[in-house]
Amino acid sequence: MSVSNIASANLGLMEAESESLSSSFYDDYAVRNFTIMAVVWGVVGMMMGIIIASQLAFPALNFDTAWFSFGRLRPLHTNLVVFAFGGCTLLGTSFYIVQRTGQTRLRFPLLSRIVFWGYQAIILAAIISLPLGYTSGKEYAELEWPIDVLLLIIWLMYAAVFFGTVAARKMKHIYVANWFYGAFIIVIAILHLVNSMEVPAELMKSYSAYAGVQDAMIQWWYGHNVVGFFLTAGFLGMMYYFVPKQAGRPVYSYRLSIVHFWGLIFTYMWAGSHHLHYTALPDWTQSVGMVLSLILLAPSWGGMINGMMTMSGAWHKLRDDPILRFMIVSLSFYGMSTFEGPMMAIKTVNALSHYTDWTIGHVHSGALGWVGFIAMGSIYYLVPRLYSQTQMYSKKAIELHFWLATIGIVLYIVAMWISGVAEGLMWRAMNDDGTLTYTFVEAVKATHPFYVLRLIGGLLYLSGTCIMLWNVLKTASMGRHALAKIPSTSVHA
Amino acid sequence: MLDINDLRSIATVGALISFIGILAWAWAKSNKNNFDEAANLPFEGDEE
Repeated sequence: MSVSNIASANLGLMEAESESLSSSFYDDYAVRNFTIMAVVWGVVGMMMGIIIASQLAFPALNFDTAWFSFGRLRPLHTNLVVFAFGGCTLLGTSFYIVQRTGQTRLRFPLLSRIVFWGYQAIILAAIISLPLGYTSGKEYAELEWPIDVLLLIIWLMYAAVFFGTVAARKMKHIYVANWFYGAFIIVIAILHLVNSMEVPAELMKSYSAYAGVQDAMIQWWYGHNVVGFFLTAGFLGMMYYFVPKQAGRPVYSYRLSIVHFWGLIFTYMWAGSHHLHYTALPDWTQSVGMVLSLILLAPSWGGMINGMMTMSGAWHKLRDDPILRFMIVSLSFYGMSTFEGPMMAIKTVNALSHYTDWTIGHVHSGALGWVGFIAMGSIYYLVPRLYSQTQMYSKKAIELHFWLATIGIVLYIVAMWISGVAEGLMWRAMNDDGTLTYTFVEAVKATHPFYVLRLIGGLLYLSGTCIMLWNVLKTASMGRHALAKIPSTSVHA
Repeated sequence: MLDINDLRSIATVGALISFIGILAWAWAKSNKNNFDEAANLPFEGDEE
């Protein structure tokens, strides 16, 4: 065996070659690996959430250890759940869907393997560098410049594989799910490139290329569009494939899917300034962000309604299909959080909610409810198909996961609503003589019981994900790598 | 003289017009068959 052969075997290329010397099978190497790693990173990332929630409830759990403190672990939690759990789900499902809806094999198989391993390397780099204190200090973009560069390279390879496969499709149309994934890939590349403009000082230290309020605006243009394109557009792509598949019927309105897609594209870009209400940002910029955030309700609910209505005539399936239930509850949370978001972007509401736990509750109803549930539903759909099984190892375990997670989210959100509104009201309460009614620490004390409640909610959600990991590993170990044949009748108009 | 704010206005109005164009295109009767075909892509070649 030559050196190059060994190298390609390590990248899984041998398996791909034995899978199909011809091009009559789909290439699911990266799909399978991303799917498994999504669940693994889900458990690790949510565990990190549990650690920092415990530290907020019981500060002594910092153990006076720098690398174990909230400030270092919180960015690790967000990076792991958003970019590791969310990212692996997005990349894996996109490779699956783009092949099936185009009835063509993945282009650039070697690149797709480098994308998988490169992406895991970036996650590992985050796990090592963030606790050590290496950070560029930008929220959701904390990783230092060498990791930024690596991510850019991997992302461009990902784009090449995805768009290459779209271009090689055998079908006339590009299915709407691919439009959402495509927007996600392009916008994330732009956001990452612009927001990460920095001047390296040494190997693990850089300074932002922007200063002052411009830096803040670019940061929140980036931050909000990560929500809009990483956590929304990409996951809507997932929704547009897996909800119709699991419900067994085509999407309710293809027209609506086109219109709300472009609605999201046209409006999301301008909403970021609502993160900077009542700051040094010019007033008109704040107002633009508020108005565009309100408009955003329409395209968001377009997607929610389209997903929900796909179920019409098939509602009875919810009774005994926990996977479908994950997907539909996910859409309910999408509807709820995209209603709450625009409301919180109204400046007068924001005056109460900003900097309080209400924001944390809002984010988690979107993240645990919408993003988490649609990802989990999609993974439950995928795993048996990737491992030549007809269904998941245990359906009862999926049911249990569903209820643990649902109760966990509700506890989490309710706790943060109460705690957030209490903070907002206490901070602004004034006596007749104009002095503050409460000291800051009184508000901190008032939130304590709800921090414990949040921790319990999080523990329930995490335990559901652990059951999922067990169920996924059981299913995978019982099966073998599936060979999915590309339909031969696919020479289609 | 065209200044940066005129360009911004043009871009905004242009975006609105193209969005209305997309609406018209999406609801055009002649596209209905295409959309029906596209909506069925996930089920194309299914054996399940």
